[in-house]
Amino acid sequence: MTKRSWLTGSPAAAVILPIIGLAAAIALWWLATVVFSIQPYLLPTPWDVVVKFFDQPGALLSETGTSLLETIEGFLLAIVIGVPIALLIVRSVVLERLVYPLLLMVNSIPKVAIAPLLVVWMGFGQWPKIVMVLLMCFFPIVISTAQGMKSTPTELVELMRSLNATRAQEFFKLRLRYAMPQIFTGFKVAISLAVIGAVIGEFVGATKGLGYVIQQSGASADTTLAFAAIMLLSVMSIVLFYGLVLLEHLLLPWAQEKR
Amino acid sequence: MIRLDGVGQVFDGREGRVTALEKIDLHVRGGEFVTLIGRSGCGKSTLLRLIAGLLPPTSGSVQVAEEPVTGPRRDVSFMFQRPALLPWRSVLSNVMLPVEIDKGSDRGKAAYRDRAHQLLELVGLQGFERRLPHELSGGMQQRVSLCRSLIRDPQVMLMDEPFSALDALTRTELSEELQRIKMELATTIVFVTHSIEEAVVLADRVVVLTPRPGRMREVVDIDIPRPRSLAQNAYVTEVAKISARLHALLSEKDSEDRR
Repeated sequence: MTKRSWLTGSPAAAVILPIIGLAAAIALWWLATVVFSIQPYLLPTPWDVVVKFFDQPGALLSETGTSLLETIEGFLLAIVIGVPIALLIVRSVVLERLVYPLLLMVNSIPKVAIAPLLVVWMGFGQWPKIVMVLLMCFFPIVISTAQGMKSTPTELVELMRSLNATRAQEFFKLRLRYAMPQIFTGFKVAISLAVIGAVIGEFVGATKGLGYVIQQSGASADTTLAFAAIMLLSVMSIVLFYGLVLLEHLLLPWAQEKR
Repeated sequence: MIRLDGVGQVFDGREGRVTALEKIDLHVRGGEFVTLIGRSGCGKSTLLRLIAGLLPPTSGSVQVAEEPVTGPRRDVSFMFQRPALLPWRSVLSNVMLPVEIDKGSDRGKAAYRDRAHQLLELVGLQGFERRLPHELSGGMQQRVSLCRSLIRDPQVMLMDEPFSALDALTRTELSEELQRIKMELATTIVFVTHSIEEAVVLADRVVVLTPRPGRMREVVDIDIPRPRSLAQNAYVTEVAKISARLHALLSEKDSEDRR
């Protein structure tokens, strides 16, 4: 092996490299709009988008807040419902066989198709959006939790048995703890899907949120506004994702070394 | 201390019944060091699990300290081939696990903590108390595991090839440490191995098992003075002689080798 270079080794590079990548992409986008002299209603320049945002930062941030709240609420709800279901599935083969195909079926439904139904059932408030987020997040959380709970090494289970541990001790002191890194993997997949869920929810029967802004700007051919909203959505996704990564580092320092 | 009478073990496998052990009569005196040796699949690990109470025997009786074994006992500890440490716990907290699991302990927690520090010092791990397992080498991890199995001053230690995954040097060191600890604490030890040399160096008596079904082929007394070493020692010829005999017994050339 060659020695680790600055690019792979240093923590500063871990922060700087993604920024360089992002900057390059934005530069390329800018270049394309200039070189091919693309009309702003087709593709605005990055600068247009920034200006658009600063035209009405308060309003756009408040829409972002709406979407963020729906995303987090739906995500938390998915954890509260998904994790216990996964734990039950792992405990009983009968339940697993009973419930698994159902979960698969629900997951395979194109979520866009049921968005209008959710509005019919739950009205125009935030609930259909939260439920949409829940539907998007639910599956990866259940799968990864169930997988994690099954991954306990046999020698550790035997160790707990040899120490006369109760079932509760075996569960809390071993199985659940051991599953945490995999559960977090599920969370990280789910959080990106959660943002998508919120936008889908806001496309139908909404009066606020970034999804609603995109929808409206499409109707009025305000492409720049749509881009501003999309940018805010990506920033939100990235912040949420790295927030989880940070939480994982803090809560599970022992799991880092395994990668 | 340990008494097995007519013990047999039959497993219901996918391809019918497999007799793992048959007609095992073994009596281990208090403070004795017995090694079990045999080819892989001869049921030596199974035998250890029967004594540990991790597995009920199909036939015959298992007694520890004049009492029939019905489950894992507090005064019997089990050490595995792999260190089996909980990756999120510090070295000290891993050593304390048995005390934490079984709250009805005979001493206060502080006393056990002192004992844990003592044991870690005994195996040369002072200063590593707060490290996580992944920060240690394989040999150090197995030393932690050894401390864990000693924390409650067991009367009986059952060891399932505990040194087999270690490099030769660490193995030599640990087998010396184990003999020292054993002489100090007068613990009864049953030690499973597939290394002839290890069996000879450690044991007061070596039990040779035949494979499929596991039967007791022969019990060999070793009266070479201690401490013995896997490295240089004054009794090379004796060790070599007994090793050769065990080798012959294990190679299954039936009765003419017996004597």
